[in-house]
Amino acid sequence: MKMTLRPLVLVALAAGFSALVLGSARAGGSHFFPPVSEPLVREECGSCHLAFAPSMLPAASWRKMMGELDRHFGEDATVDPEIARKITAWLVANAGDSGGSRYGAKLLRGVDAGAAPQRITGLPKWVREHREVPDWEWRHKEVRSKANCVACHADAERGYYED
Amino acid sequence: MSIRHLSLIALVAAFSPAFAATPLAAQLTAYASAARSENPAFAGFSAQRGEVLHRTEFGRGKPDSPACASCHGQDPRQPGTARSGKRIDPMALSVTPGRYADPAKVEKWFKRNCDEVLGRACTAQEKGDWLSFVASR
Ligand code: HEC
Ligand code: HEC
Ligand code: HEC
Repeated sequence: MKMTLRPLVLVALAAGFSALVLGSARAGGSHFFPPVSEPLVREECGSCHLAFAPSMLPAASWRKMMGELDRHFGEDATVDPEIARKITAWLVANAGDSGGSRYGAKLLRGVDAGAAPQRITGLPKWVREHREVPDWEWRHKEVRSKANCVACHADAERGYYED
Repeated sequence: MSIRHLSLIALVAAFSPAFAATPLAAQLTAYASAARSENPAFAGFSAQRGEVLHRTEFGRGKPDSPACASCHGQDPRQPGTARSGKRIDPMALSVTPGRYADPAKVEKWFKRNCDEVLGRACTAQEKGDWLSFVASR
C-alpha cells in the first residue's frame, strides 16, 4: 500500500472531530445554528456581513427588519419587493421561535414573547455569553464590530460558535 | 454611425475580444448612451478618471466611508472590508472574474455605495469610468 501514515491519521482525526461536533449539534447544544442555506438570502443578506442564522432571532424580529430595509442600521439594504417577500418567508419559517427553535431557544431566553429585538448582539443571553470578552478585543482592528462573529468564531459561516 | 460612436465601441472591445460579448460590455454600452444624453460632450470612459473617483475622499455620505477605497481598498486587486468587518473580494475583474456579470446587482450597489460616499447617485459617466478602471486591473 502506498498510502502513508499521515493521511490516515488525518482522516481519522477529521472523522472523529466531525462526529463530535455533529454529535453536539444533534443534541441541540447552544453552539450550532444552521447557516443560511437559501442562496437568495446568502446573496442579499451575506455581502455586508455574515448571513446571520435565522434561528438567532424570533420571527417577529425578521418581519420588522424586512419591513425597514431602507433604514437598516443606517444603511440602505432594500431589495426588490418580490425578493424581499421570499427572504422574509424563509427567515420567518426558520426563526428561533418557529422552525429553528431547536437551535435558537436557548439564545432567545429572556426575550419577551412577541418582542422584535433587532440585534443578536443585544439579546440578553448573547450579552451574558460575551461579558468576559475584554474591551480591547472588541476594538481590535480585525474585529471592528460585535456583529463580526467570524473574527472570533472561525467556523461561524458553517454555523459553529464554540470558542 | 458617428466617429464618436465607433471609438466607444473600439474602446469597449479593446479589453479583449471575448469581453465584447459579456454582460459588462453591454452595460458599459448602455451607460455610454446614458452619458451621452446627460452630456452631449461625452467623449468616452476613462479608467484613469475611474481610479481618481475610486480614491477620492468625497466625504459627502457616511463619515466612516469617505471614499470607495474606504471599503474596497486603494488597490482593487486586494480584498476590502465592509463596515461590519467582513472581507470583500477584490473588485479587479482579473482577480475576481465572476464580478459585474449581473447588471441588476451592479446597479443595486452603485445606488447604495454612491450614496454612502458621494451622498448622491453616481452619473452614468462616473459608473462607466469606474467600471473601466476595475475592468482594466
Ligand atoms: C448594505 C449593507 C447591508 C446589507 C445588504 C444587509 N445588512 Fe444587515 N447590517 C448592516 C450593518 C451596517 C449592520 C450593523 C452592523 C454593526 O453593528 O456592525 C447590520 C446589522 C444586521 C443585524 C444585527 C447584527 C447584530 O448586531 O446582532 C442583522 C440581524 C442583520 N443585519 C440582518 C440582515 C438581513 C436579514 C439582511 C438581508 C435582508 C441584511 N442584514 C442585509 C448592513 C447590511
Ligand atoms: C471579540 C470576539 C467575539 C465576537 C466578535 C463574537 N463572539 Fe461569540 N463568543 C466569544 C467568546 C470569547 C465566547 C465565549 C466562549 C466560551 O465561553 O467558550 C463566545 C461565545 C458565543 C456563544 C456561546 C457558545 C457556547 O459555547 O455556548 C455564541 C452562541 C456566540 N458566541 C455567538 C456569537 C455571534 C452570533 C456573534 C456575532 C453576532 C459573536 N458571537 C461574536 C467571542 C466573540
Ligand atoms: C460601506 C462600504 C462600501 C463602500 C464605501 C463602497 N462599497 Fe461597493 N460594495 C460594498 C459591498 C459590501 C459590496 C458587495 C460585496 C461583493 O459584491 O462582494 C459592494 C459591491 C459593489 C459593486 C458590485 C460588484 C459586483 O460584483 O457586481 C460595485 C459596482 C461597487 N460596489 C461600486 C462601488 C463604488 C463605485 C464605490 C464608491 C462610490 C463603492 N462601491 C463604495 C461596500 C462598499
